[in-house]
Amino acid sequence: MGITATVPGKVHITLKVNGEEMEVSFAPYKTLLEVLREDLGLTGTKHGCELGECGACAVLVDGAPLLSCLTLAIECEGRAIETIEGLANGPELHPLQEAFADLGGSQCGYCTPGAIMTAKALLDNEPEPSSQRIKEAMAGNLCRCTGYQQIVESVEKAAGCCRHAERVKA
Amino acid sequence: MEKNVTVSPIAKSTLIGQRVKKPDAPDKATGKTRYINDMVLPQMLIGKVLFAGRPHARIVRIDTSAAEKLPGVYAVLTGKDAAGLKFGFVRDNVALKDKVRCEHDEIAAVAAETEEIASRALELIKVEYEDLPGVFTPEAGALVGAPLVHDNFPGNKSLHFEFKHGDLAAAEAASDCVVDSVFRPHHVTHCCMGTSCAIADFDHNGKLTIWTQTQYPYNYKMDLAPALGLNPGDIRVMQPPVGGAFGSKLDVYPYEPIAALLARKTGRPVKVIYSREEEFKAAPTRQAAIIHMRTGCTRDGVLTFRSADVLLDNGAYTSWGPTIPVIMMRTTSGHYRVPVVDFKAQAIYTNNPYAGSFRGYGNVQTTYATAQQMDMLADMVDLDPLEFHLKNAQISGEVTPQKSFLRECALVECLETAAAASDYSRKRKAYAAARDKPGRYKKGIGLASSIHNAGGAKIHKSDGIGTILKVDDYARVTVITGASEIGQGIDAVITLIVAEELGVPVEHVTIVNNDSDIAPWDVGVHASRTTFIAGNGTRRAAQKAKAQILSAAAKMLNEPAGTLELRGGFVVRDTCGTPLIELDRLLRRMHFQNVPELVMVTDYYEPNSEPEGAKHISDHSAAYSHAVHIAEITVDTLTGEIKVDKVTVAQDVGRVINRMGLEGQIEGGIAIGLGYALSENMRIEKGMLRNPCFRDYKLITAPEMPPLDMHFIESNCAEGPYGAKGISELPTIVIAPAIANALYNATGVRIFNPPMSPETVARAIFEARQAGK
Repeated sequence: MGITATVPGKVHITLKVNGEEMEVSFAPYKTLLEVLREDLGLTGTKHGCELGECGACAVLVDGAPLLSCLTLAIECEGRAIETIEGLANGPELHPLQEAFADLGGSQCGYCTPGAIMTAKALLDNEPEPSSQRIKEAMAGNLCRCTGYQQIVESVEKAAGCCRHAERVKA
Repeated sequence: MEKNVTVSPIAKSTLIGQRVKKPDAPDKATGKTRYINDMVLPQMLIGKVLFAGRPHARIVRIDTSAAEKLPGVYAVLTGKDAAGLKFGFVRDNVALKDKVRCEHDEIAAVAAETEEIASRALELIKVEYEDLPGVFTPEAGALVGAPLVHDNFPGNKSLHFEFKHGDLAAAEAASDCVVDSVFRPHHVTHCCMGTSCAIADFDHNGKLTIWTQTQYPYNYKMDLAPALGLNPGDIRVMQPPVGGAFGSKLDVYPYEPIAALLARKTGRPVKVIYSREEEFKAAPTRQAAIIHMRTGCTRDGVLTFRSADVLLDNGAYTSWGPTIPVIMMRTTSGHYRVPVVDFKAQAIYTNNPYAGSFRGYGNVQTTYATAQQMDMLADMVDLDPLEFHLKNAQISGEVTPQKSFLRECALVECLETAAAASDYSRKRKAYAAARDKPGRYKKGIGLASSIHNAGGAKIHKSDGIGTILKVDDYARVTVITGASEIGQGIDAVITLIVAEELGVPVEHVTIVNNDSDIAPWDVGVHASRTTFIAGNGTRRAAQKAKAQILSAAAKMLNEPAGTLELRGGFVVRDTCGTPLIELDRLLRRMHFQNVPELVMVTDYYEPNSEPEGAKHISDHSAAYSHAVHIAEITVDTLTGEIKVDKVTVAQDVGRVINRMGLEGQIEGGIAIGLGYALSENMRIEKGMLRNPCFRDYKLITAPEMPPLDMHFIESNCAEGPYGAKGISELPTIVIAPAIANALYNATGVRIFNPPMSPETVARAIFEARQAGK
């Protein structure tokens, strides 16, 4: 451990983001969204309304989808934070990322990271959701471009791929 | 046969109509894309704006001394720093104001090290206002003696438009039926998921670089320059990825010159970015209007005339909103065969938020009126609306009273296709018969259509685009184009067209379209024009490159000219597909021969349309298109809630280019139109927006999106790329009146003041029952 300088008015903690331990100093009132974007340079998580109404900032904390604009970063010490940057396995895209790119789930793409993280939480818990169930799970992710159809198709395709991958592993 | 080539014959194939993914999609899905909202430049300061927060007032005094003394503050600007730097269509706007004319008027701006310090500085600015009586509806603004929003615009009169064709009095006298109604389409806003943002930086020669979300980079320079007292030539426009635009970035808005004024004052890059609440309050709106429309027909159901008297709520400043009558009148005169037309529109200044352009551009409002009046007239003459529409539908070769030449017109085919696919006529009769039977839930089906420009709109002196295309030694193609990518997918269309023409994989095409110092001129992303105009530009440039390559190949391979083709990365014999040489090898030979040649071509494409002109009698677009929507709904007559069960779409797309992009544009366009029809509504009370958040301003969400049955009609437009027409606005335009007509079919009530929200519908049903209808 190196020497930790204490900066007045800031907390210094370790956050576990995408499996990496990251030391970071920030004002204690900063949201997880702000710390991810401004202090850790992880700008994949988007700033859409800062009111918890659009879903663009969704990340997973201990596997559950969470709106990072409504969460204080200090609450996340010691918890597993997953962001869009952690989904790909090196150069290999996660099936959800691949499907969103291939099937038009992303137009301007600004809502895409939040939509993919929400969909990942769904598929982690329900590997075979119906399209109605996907629509309900994605109801908190606003998209102004796609009309949602290609987003739902992307999640459906990814669900099929994830199931296939699991069968291959088994 | 060249040695090393052992490839079997390559058959002819086409990418036109296939599904091609957006080249930027993988980076967007991994969070790698850096949007303008994500950008940080070295030494960058954050700019924040002090909004008036009141609709109409005189500024008595401003004291910025405390804000200036706050550590970390680098500049504080007020109206005096922008004095005389007027900008906008009629030069009625300025970056920082000396008088308050609407709630979001920019009174002062601060540049500071952090957003926190900038916000604190805004709180320290003391402004003393003297509130003035305001005008909050266009009717009030037009009254004699009404308070003036701008002293130099008497009567609060902004833009005025007129078009007349034929003898209105005679046509009225010859009409057996006339419908006469007043529609009041409401204020809505774009709700781009990425909020408005600009970053400005000056170099030491006084040249401005501005990173912006603009969708019209070249005219943007011309429009931004007067707000800063600059020569447009000294502005470099950078276009990083953006979180949506939908027409909202088709003008200069004050935050952009404010960023530049702060950058000039501080000598450092300055970023201004809106919060969602600021976005709701300060971004442009779709124009609210009062449309008094009358349409007549004979007892046989033949249209005799249409008149429209439109009063537009200009808001406090003139952006693109008040120019929408240019399109409103095309629909009034061209939506079905209308022999006599009388159109006039007056925009009136009010102290409301001001309107910009928004997908559909006036046609959303107009079609809400025309398409309902078609339904009303069909009812009066007791015809199935489908039959009534067919009776008045134009066919290929017809010319509208404004001289729009409908060279390839597929309106009849759109109507017949959508009606057959949805079983429209049978369902309409059955639902109408069930209307007065007991039961809380009523089903309805409604048909609507519209016409829109589908090959640009020559409202500027030119509607053209410049393209530069180069093919390197490895057969990788770079297209340098004026066409902006704002999420709509022109990048995929360009890669598809280059791949089609040059026989290379789409992955081998790179697009450069984000820097006005590099890419050549284009009008901008608007008027459903980009696939049409940039598609033609790209195709023409690629064909020039192809001609050069094949001519060199014919010489080198000693093959007769005109017998070769490019396919699968090879030069092949056209007839049999036999590969003769790899394309990259040929390109290197061309480059490194005794008389070297590089493949780099330029093209300037100007469509064959005519300038709009002051009289509005011109073939202003290179193509026109129609769409028909048939909406099936269930109405809860107790709560007024409308559930859209299904929408059948038949649209004349000319020719499908990228099927996936086309579907995405139609689905997304309908989602915006559904929000307009059912739930989105800016609640503006005495100039103040009461619902500046997504909780209270309701967008359509995934579970509310109905199944769509889409039918693409291919009319093969002679001027369009491969026959394609522009497609992206019609889906937003047609859906609301289709639902309104379905609501009538289900319940017998009509809503003239959208949105058809539960409270509005429930009240209309209640009042109709009280009246014994």
